[in-house]
Amino acid sequence: MSILVGKDTRLVVQGITGREGRFHTQQMLAYGTPVVAGVTPGKGGMEVDGVPVFDTVREAVEETGANTSIIYVPARFAPDAILEAADAGVELVVCITEGIPVLDMVQVRRYLDISGVRLIGPNCPGVITPGEAKVGIMPGHIHTPGPVGIVSRSGTLTYEAVYALTNKGIGQSTVVGIGGDPIIGTTFLDVLQMFEADPQTEAVVLIGEIGGTEEERAAEYIKSEMTKPVVGFIAGQTAPPGKRMGHAGAIISGGKGTAAEKIAALKAAGVRVARHPEEIADLVAQVLS
Amino acid sequence: MNLHEYQSKRIFAKFGIPVPQGEVATTPEEVRQIAKRMGTPVVVKAQVLVGGRGKAGGIKLARTPEEAEEVARRILGMELKGLKVRKVLVDPAVDIKDEIYLGAVIDRARRRVVMMASSEGGVDIEEVAARTPEKIIKVSVDPFLGLREYQARWMARAIGLDKQFFRPFAKIALALYQAFVHSDASLAEINPLVITGDGQLIAVDGKMVVDDNALFRHPDIEEMRDIEAENPFELEARKYGISYVKLDGEIGCMVNGAGLAMATMDIIKLYGGEPANFLDIGGGATAERVAAALRIILSDPNVKAVLINIFGGITRCDEVARGILAAMEEVKPQVPFVVRLVGTNQEEGQRLLAEADMITAQTLSEAAQKVVSLVKG
Repeated sequence: MSILVGKDTRLVVQGITGREGRFHTQQMLAYGTPVVAGVTPGKGGMEVDGVPVFDTVREAVEETGANTSIIYVPARFAPDAILEAADAGVELVVCITEGIPVLDMVQVRRYLDISGVRLIGPNCPGVITPGEAKVGIMPGHIHTPGPVGIVSRSGTLTYEAVYALTNKGIGQSTVVGIGGDPIIGTTFLDVLQMFEADPQTEAVVLIGEIGGTEEERAAEYIKSEMTKPVVGFIAGQTAPPGKRMGHAGAIISGGKGTAAEKIAALKAAGVRVARHPEEIADLVAQVLS
Repeated sequence: MNLHEYQSKRIFAKFGIPVPQGEVATTPEEVRQIAKRMGTPVVVKAQVLVGGRGKAGGIKLARTPEEAEEVARRILGMELKGLKVRKVLVDPAVDIKDEIYLGAVIDRARRRVVMMASSEGGVDIEEVAARTPEKIIKVSVDPFLGLREYQARWMARAIGLDKQFFRPFAKIALALYQAFVHSDASLAEINPLVITGDGQLIAVDGKMVVDDNALFRHPDIEEMRDIEAENPFELEARKYGISYVKLDGEIGCMVNGAGLAMATMDIIKLYGGEPANFLDIGGGATAERVAAALRIILSDPNVKAVLINIFGGITRCDEVARGILAAMEEVKPQVPFVVRLVGTNQEEGQRLLAEADMITAQTLSEAAQKVVSLVKG
């Protein structure tokens, strides 16, 4: 197991009977992910592709020993779903949902900090440890096991990087999508620390974008404590100020959060920064050799 | 979503924050009548969603109703930073002794709502932050406790207010926090919060930005949207679940995923072109959505070529190709396209496109270079 998910994952799918939940449960099962339960309030007793469905996460955990939850639930119900999973004793919650109001996340994050449950996301593609477990919506077939850890705020941009690496024969230890929202459960810094401590990971790719200051915080950690090489890429060099670029967290506010600042901070920390997504794989090949 | 000053002040008033008893007008005659009724000097304030209205001549004091009408005649119809002034707020003038700043914002790094106060009111707070950051007092609010009165008192003390203003300031700060949280704001500012000659506190200006993700639970606020202030194509895009931002260049792009869409704009620039827009078509590129996206991109007369970059992943590339071809049939674009598809069944997808005489590319770099050379020649 690299980080966060792997052979020991026992996954409960919240929102399993919805269209997204159902489709992605099939995909995750096909990949070999241990999906042990599903939850849709009111649909307890059903089965989806052989996975037993429960009314509550607590029952699912008690009956099946689920330790990880993935949430495919609409934005208006997702905060409740995250809190329910935390209270039910799950250790890791992965929330795919986009569109959760920020003030809800201020509360949820505060509660999770107190209860010690880790959240990945929201508004993220999930986490995959190639060959072991796919907990998310990413295309499993472009991934392959290997020594590179990836942490990213993006979805399809991450797949581009993975695709280029796999095509170069460079595999991935774990790929973590932390999500595109302004307030998230797990930051770049959190994941870098995990990769630094993970024996399987030899190099790390950090994919950021405009908005906020998390890339800068990560750069400080990379400079002062990280021993493994990092390759970076920052999207949004051509983004205009003050405009939300798709992701709720991708906005240059009051002159802060520009791609230029982030690239400068990463370079100052010794990170090799790619000029475009495909160059990431070239730079990784260089640092691994 | 940005709210106008008059809309923000109405919300503030609902929560008990003292605001001037102003009225909104759309004609100079209305302004004269309002000023006559008020019987005092008034301030005529352009209602447009831009900063620096005062400096741009959009805020003027008028001593008589006739002067107010004159001033309104000049301000209404004026263009301030590209936006036309269609409404003005007529506020009774206030006897300003002192100006302070009070605001609430979501601080991403602290993951909290943060209250900010400063004795430097009536100026651009970002300038204060740049020049004299120590003059901005910040207080983090615990989401489960809310803003506590002792925190508001501390702010009052820290910005050097006279003791007589501790309680009134605290009341306003607590009310601003409530307004912020109940409206799902991402910003709520009173700049300036004025201390009048006779010792009253009053919010002379107001600004609120509401979290777009929360509008589903505020239909009354959603209704306040100033459609005229927004780019019509950005509005159209939102209807289809597409994210679109117009830029100034000549190469349109259509991509699935916000991060990849930004990276696609960036790589166009890297190879010497200028992106005309940001467009994230989201997951599931159906023919209907692709057609809507193409129409929006092509509505921009600057667009000379379009780059489509779709990382299919789970979505099948042959389906995406069919969607693109069906959309092209409907829209009949007059400019060249470069299409790059990656994912399941990509050979089939590319074959379908090539048969339809579309330029394809294997990698994003190749696609970007091809589209730039189409424009540059």
